[in-house]
Amino acid sequence: MCGIVGLFAKQAAVEDRLGDYISSMLIEMSDRGPDSAGVAVYRDPVPSGSAKVVLQHPDHGYDWQGLAEGITARLAPATVERRGNHAIARTEASFEDLRAWLREIHPEVSVVSSGDTIEIFKEVGPPADVVSAFALRELKGTHALGHTRMATESAVTTKGSHPFSTGFDLCLVHNGSLSNHNRLRAELRRHGVEIQTENDTEVAAGYLTWRLSQGDSLEEALTEGIRDLDGFYTFAVGTRDGFAVLRDPIACKHAVMAETDDWVAMATEFRAIAVLPGADEARIWEPAPAQIYSWTRSGQ
Amino acid sequence: MSVDPRNLRASSSFPPEVIAEIQRAADQGVYDIRGLGAKRRVPGFDDLILLGASVSRYPLEGYRERCDTNVVLGARHAKKPIELKIPITIAGMSFGSLGANAKEALGLAASAMGTSTTTGDGGMTPEERQSSKTLVYQLLPSRYGMNPDDLRKADAVEVVVGQGAKPGGGGMLLGHKITERVAEMRDLPVGIDQRSACRHPDWTGPDDMEIKIREIREITDWQVPVYVKVGATRTHYDVTLAVKAGADVVVVDGMQGGTAATQDVFIEHVGIPTLPAVRLAVEALQEMDMHRKVQLIVSGGIRSGADVAKALALGADAVAIGSAAMMALGCNKPVYLEDYHKLGTEPGFCHHCHTGRCPVGVSTQDADLEVRLDPASGARHLKNYLTSMVLELQTLARACGKTHVLNLEPEDMAAMTIEAAAMAKVPLAGTDWIPGAKGW
Amino acid sequence: MIEFDLAADGLRALNRQLQGLGEQSNETEWRVLHPSGEHALAVGLTRPLKVVVEGHAGFYCGGMNSQAEIEIRGHAGPGVAENMMSGIVRVTGNASQSAGASGHGGVLVIEGDASSRCGISMKGIDIVVGGSVGHMSAFMAQAGNLVVCGDAGANLGDSIYEARLFVRGKVESLGADCIEKEMREEHLAALTELLQRAGMDADPGQFRRYGSARKLYNFNVDHADAY
Repeated sequence: MCGIVGLFAKQAAVEDRLGDYISSMLIEMSDRGPDSAGVAVYRDPVPSGSAKVVLQHPDHGYDWQGLAEGITARLAPATVERRGNHAIARTEASFEDLRAWLREIHPEVSVVSSGDTIEIFKEVGPPADVVSAFALRELKGTHALGHTRMATESAVTTKGSHPFSTGFDLCLVHNGSLSNHNRLRAELRRHGVEIQTENDTEVAAGYLTWRLSQGDSLEEALTEGIRDLDGFYTFAVGTRDGFAVLRDPIACKHAVMAETDDWVAMATEFRAIAVLPGADEARIWEPAPAQIYSWTRSGQ
Repeated sequence: MSVDPRNLRASSSFPPEVIAEIQRAADQGVYDIRGLGAKRRVPGFDDLILLGASVSRYPLEGYRERCDTNVVLGARHAKKPIELKIPITIAGMSFGSLGANAKEALGLAASAMGTSTTTGDGGMTPEERQSSKTLVYQLLPSRYGMNPDDLRKADAVEVVVGQGAKPGGGGMLLGHKITERVAEMRDLPVGIDQRSACRHPDWTGPDDMEIKIREIREITDWQVPVYVKVGATRTHYDVTLAVKAGADVVVVDGMQGGTAATQDVFIEHVGIPTLPAVRLAVEALQEMDMHRKVQLIVSGGIRSGADVAKALALGADAVAIGSAAMMALGCNKPVYLEDYHKLGTEPGFCHHCHTGRCPVGVSTQDADLEVRLDPASGARHLKNYLTSMVLELQTLARACGKTHVLNLEPEDMAAMTIEAAAMAKVPLAGTDWIPGAKGW
Repeated sequence: MIEFDLAADGLRALNRQLQGLGEQSNETEWRVLHPSGEHALAVGLTRPLKVVVEGHAGFYCGGMNSQAEIEIRGHAGPGVAENMMSGIVRVTGNASQSAGASGHGGVLVIEGDASSRCGISMKGIDIVVGGSVGHMSAFMAQAGNLVVCGDAGANLGDSIYEARLFVRGKVESLGADCIEKEMREEHLAALTELLQRAGMDADPGQFRRYGSARKLYNFNVDHADAY
């Protein structure tokens, strides 16, 4: 139970202020989700052949520099940039090698996101605190998703916060409550998908990752999701090139979309969209049930 | 030639009652609908006992040595919290499921005892508002009869998510009880079967419920407490979310809770018993440091002062009675035997509220039957029953050395069965074993 | 005309003042500035005031309204005019889900589109929508009129009782027990009056009427799959 927000920039001017806008949208959703908050920002792509991961450790004084030196010594050159109690690590090592090394040498560190451009920052606490802890307002990027959480059936933890990432450059935020996620979780684990929490949203994210790994397009995966995922949901999915929005066939959980020449936005409540420039003149609609709405950078 | 009774082997899976039910379904093509609550044995308060005074604990004398029973509900946000003289309230039952005389009797008795009654799925009647000094007004998925005037006349508002008899189900009233008066209050055609929504029309989920509760407070000027009622299922999450959504009081109704009409399969097979529900609710409140700050009312099969004592000992602030209140008014009393027989039942077994042919005039809209329940007489009976329960409660609490019934605690009890020990987190008598508590 | 700045003075002060106006008060016209999507604006009013919300409203604007005339110059969130008893609520933009939910009386006018579940559980309210309505509109609609100048989404009038539905555009699908019905003189007259009251310029002759087939009124095993 929560608030979700999404923003896709169509102009450079919006990209420059992406972090600022998504932060304002997020804070508008504070009442719906006081327990934790998170954003996924797509920005600053790494060169082909490199990997970018966002890592987390609860201790703000964690020795990230030492960790970067470890990767450099053992695998390939790496740099690390601290942001709050997360750190963005960029390296020429492959993601698989990096993952294996982290598991062996630094099991105390969590991988929050991985990919070419995605950066996820999430933490327990009210949205305004999360925004300042990660200095989100200064970020520039092409698109972003955000989430404020009121935990329903799982614990309030950093790991239990959204956005969830179970694949490269993939993330999912969710408002609602799934009803068949427990059996699905077991099945996904059998297919090799790593799921860390008891959270229903992570199951949905894992499901998408699995379908994509089987060769589905995002649209195909979401279409199958309508059949396989039961319950009430508004999903916003982030991919390397864009984002998609889907509501379940009953469509009780709210969702509002808006589009101008400069941006496309979605939110659980209109007032999160109202903070954007030009919102008053935007085309506004509510997504129909069981229908996938998507935007990509190439095919706007 | 007589049958040798030794050759008659009953089946546990298909006893005569089950065979009859299968054949009824084969005749009618629809589920069986009935009233009251779960009839099968489930772990409950009978499986707990209280540890009276001994050498290490000293009892209180009756009469002069006080054992207080008052409780305050809803001080979290409301300007006018509810002060009850006794920790036993009357649960929500609709005008429609019950007749006007029954509602009036409930109100009169509750007023005399310094406690509250609750409206139900049909709205507030003038008789009940007049006869009941403290009236809780329910906001249900159906919204039958909902209006701001009654909302403002209420002493508290109860947002109903569900009830113990049918968590996840909506109200039900069959055509023969939709009389002109009921139809008018509910904006329905006379004599049809009422189909009811199971979700609220304008909110789904705790994030939206919080906004709804705020709207109700804005309409009632933040004066009165807002309760949230749930049927007992995922009680820990539900209580946590109700508190996060702003509830002043949480009402948890276990699976033994009654109804006037619901599918039998719903009554018997959905929801957890009251016993674990109380414990789960209290744990959730304690985890948020909200125990005694957000009050807990529990219901579902409360029958005597002993049940009340045990519910309070587990941490509830009060209990609510529904079926028991009806029985005090005469439900299942061995009178008018021919009318029970016409329904195909006997006193002590009747659960035919859904028919509208209640032999004792409690759960009916039929004028000829309703006249059998005189409101003043009914009120006197219910008042006596409540008085008796309170005396029982105080007797037990004094025996445990308490000057206030809310000072009862789980350590005043022991369990008689392993299930009750596990469900209530109370050790099995004679041991210090709570299954699962210390990893064993 | 009294101007109330919601950003400066807050929701409690607004509702308390609006609800507390006495019969003799001449403070009958109000403008609410900077609503910014706040919830529960102008709820529970009991007097024939005029309230204009200059901007977007959140959930439940005009909830349980009696007698007042409320205009939202912007979009309205879910549950606008929910459980309204009398009076008029007008939305110049779009309305979100459950517009007019369980409304007992009065008129709700939505000049733009209304989203899903418009008129859900309606109990006597009249709703006139200039644009289209979403899925599950008029779900369990018991009484009142829903007029849609645009299209209606899937499952219109599912489980409907006695409410009357008039749709000018396409109906994506009809819900359980909802059927098209004959438009007779009395219906045309009622529809004309509703459109007039709403200030909608539409030809009543272009509308079709929908309502209950009444097959679910008393359980019949042959209709069991409609449940």
